[in-house]
Amino acid sequence: MTADNLPPVEAESTEPMIVCRDVHKWFGQLHVLRGINLEVQPREVVVIFGASGSGKSTFIRTINRLEEHQRGEIVVDGIELTDDIRNIAAIRSEIGMVFQSFNLFPHLTVMQNVMLAPMRVRKWSRDQAEHVGMELLTRVGIPEQAHKHPAQLSGGQQQRVAIARALAMQPKIMLFDEPTSALDPEMISEVLDVMRELAESGMTMLCVTHEMGFARAVANRMVFFDNGEIVEEGPPSQIFEAPQHQRTKQFLAQILH
Amino acid sequence: MTAETLPPPSTSIGPAAWLRRNLFSSIGSSVATVVILALVAYLAVTVGGWAIGEARWAVVTSNLRLFLIGQYPVEQAWRLWLELALLSVLAGVSGGVYGQTTRTLAVSLSAMQLLLAVLMVASPLGPIIIGGLLANALAVWGAYALGRAFAVPRTPLLIAWVLSIPVSFALIGGIGFGPLPTVQSSVWGGLLLTMLLAVVGILLAFPLGVLLALGRRSSLPAARVLSTAYIELVRGVPLITLLFMADIMLPLLLPGEWRIDRVARAMGGITLFSAAYVAENVRGGLQAIPSGQYEAAHALGLNGFQTNLFIVLPQALRSVIPANVGLFISLLKDTTLVTIVGLLEILGIGRAILAQPESLGANLEVYVFVAGVFFVLCYAMSQASYRLERAMGVGSR
Repeated sequence: MTADNLPPVEAESTEPMIVCRDVHKWFGQLHVLRGINLEVQPREVVVIFGASGSGKSTFIRTINRLEEHQRGEIVVDGIELTDDIRNIAAIRSEIGMVFQSFNLFPHLTVMQNVMLAPMRVRKWSRDQAEHVGMELLTRVGIPEQAHKHPAQLSGGQQQRVAIARALAMQPKIMLFDEPTSALDPEMISEVLDVMRELAESGMTMLCVTHEMGFARAVANRMVFFDNGEIVEEGPPSQIFEAPQHQRTKQFLAQILH
Repeated sequence: MTAETLPPPSTSIGPAAWLRRNLFSSIGSSVATVVILALVAYLAVTVGGWAIGEARWAVVTSNLRLFLIGQYPVEQAWRLWLELALLSVLAGVSGGVYGQTTRTLAVSLSAMQLLLAVLMVASPLGPIIIGGLLANALAVWGAYALGRAFAVPRTPLLIAWVLSIPVSFALIGGIGFGPLPTVQSSVWGGLLLTMLLAVVGILLAFPLGVLLALGRRSSLPAARVLSTAYIELVRGVPLITLLFMADIMLPLLLPGEWRIDRVARAMGGITLFSAAYVAENVRGGLQAIPSGQYEAAHALGLNGFQTNLFIVLPQALRSVIPANVGLFISLLKDTTLVTIVGLLEILGIGRAILAQPESLGANLEVYVFVAGVFFVLCYAMSQASYRLERAMGVGSR
């Protein structure tokens, strides 16, 4: 694993990478986000967990504007998310996202999946994109699959390609939306290993996941969502050993057996 | 535990077993097999007997030039050969360079020329036409070998294709001086006109239809309403109505000094008609693209145009190849309708020939010949479609 290709991280910067203030969102009449306040520092790894329907996925999708928030303020790397399409484009190119269902482009090879956005959005040359693409595929452990199509890969391999594809844009922030929920059990660890390596390299990460082993080992902070609100947050040691809130205790008891 | 590989029992393989399983598996199926075989044999004997014995193919062979190019002046016919050679070489080189999909085009073109050559065997013009067709079919493969062997640069090849469109019209219609005097479109006819109408119709209707489909799904209300209105209006009228309107009403609506060529009007009518159907096919393909594809593209920073161009359309268009080829096959056959606005494509030429006293009683021969030509063209298109699906289906499942 090389660290040549790391995105630039201003370690000395004290400005938070993501600032969310009083973020509200409605789906029709349904109030799904009810005043979310969250700051994420550079190089911080934040794990978001909570029951399904608690708004955690919707929340991280507002950060790169896949969902629009209707009240409050979201500032990413100093740029505020507004309706201005240039702001949205600028922020999206700084944020990589990994989805539960991979969402690889099935008509393109693995390498083409990884090269597409750098060439079309960043306007890199083919050679440069291919060079970086191969480095990233090596980093996620599947350089030999570069010329296959996604359908020929296992779920775990597909998700690792998706991570490489997001990293190819050299983002400052990575969002993970339940990256292991669609995987067979034996493939979960290969994806978590890549995420752990990424966290150790200093990437700012926001992960929606129920992998509590990963959270305990890697997260700097855990955030518990319930019913569209942040009920509790703190370092993993506090969340696991001394949860403050009744609903947090109940939820942890359910998923930790 | 032994796991040696045993051959299957002899009763389950071989021709006898195949016959028993597929044709004589029960009394009912045996009866059906015998009856159907008898029917097929009867048809083959009567039709074949007619085609070889009674049919007077002279009506076709002596009018072959009319069938192929209509009233196109014979001393200018070399331009059509040149045009065919140009397309053959371009298709061959592209097939060699790009492989897969474009190779299908080259294969179809040479196969169509070979099949047409077979149809020409009995004609007095036969030797010239067969020779020309064979030479062209060979040119496809010669060019293919060239494209394979040498690193032909792709951009000039693409430019050559784009240039081939005005060059084709200059060759066929002329530029009015020098070696290419004008040949009025009123004398274009026969298979030449059929192919021109079909190829131009397909080449124009396809991009227009894709734009209409995107427009119909656009978030801009104006684009959505206009596209929807256009599609529904055009699908609500028969092609004949559109052709009449293009032929009769357009000149009335336009200022008197504007004269649009009659063939161009027919091409316009066919294009506008087919585009609406292409749009609905493509819309079906667009709807099948999961929203995750759009989300992934947006999350990577691709804009709406790039998302459509690189992610959505390649997948959507691939999934509607069969529907679109079906549409283009009916477009090819619908070109026969231009007869009613006075253009003589191959079927119209056939009817004109039948109106001459010397072809009295040869109706069947003429119609069978025209049907045969259409069958060859349509069958080539549907075969090309299967190959296209297979070539583009790599890794899709």
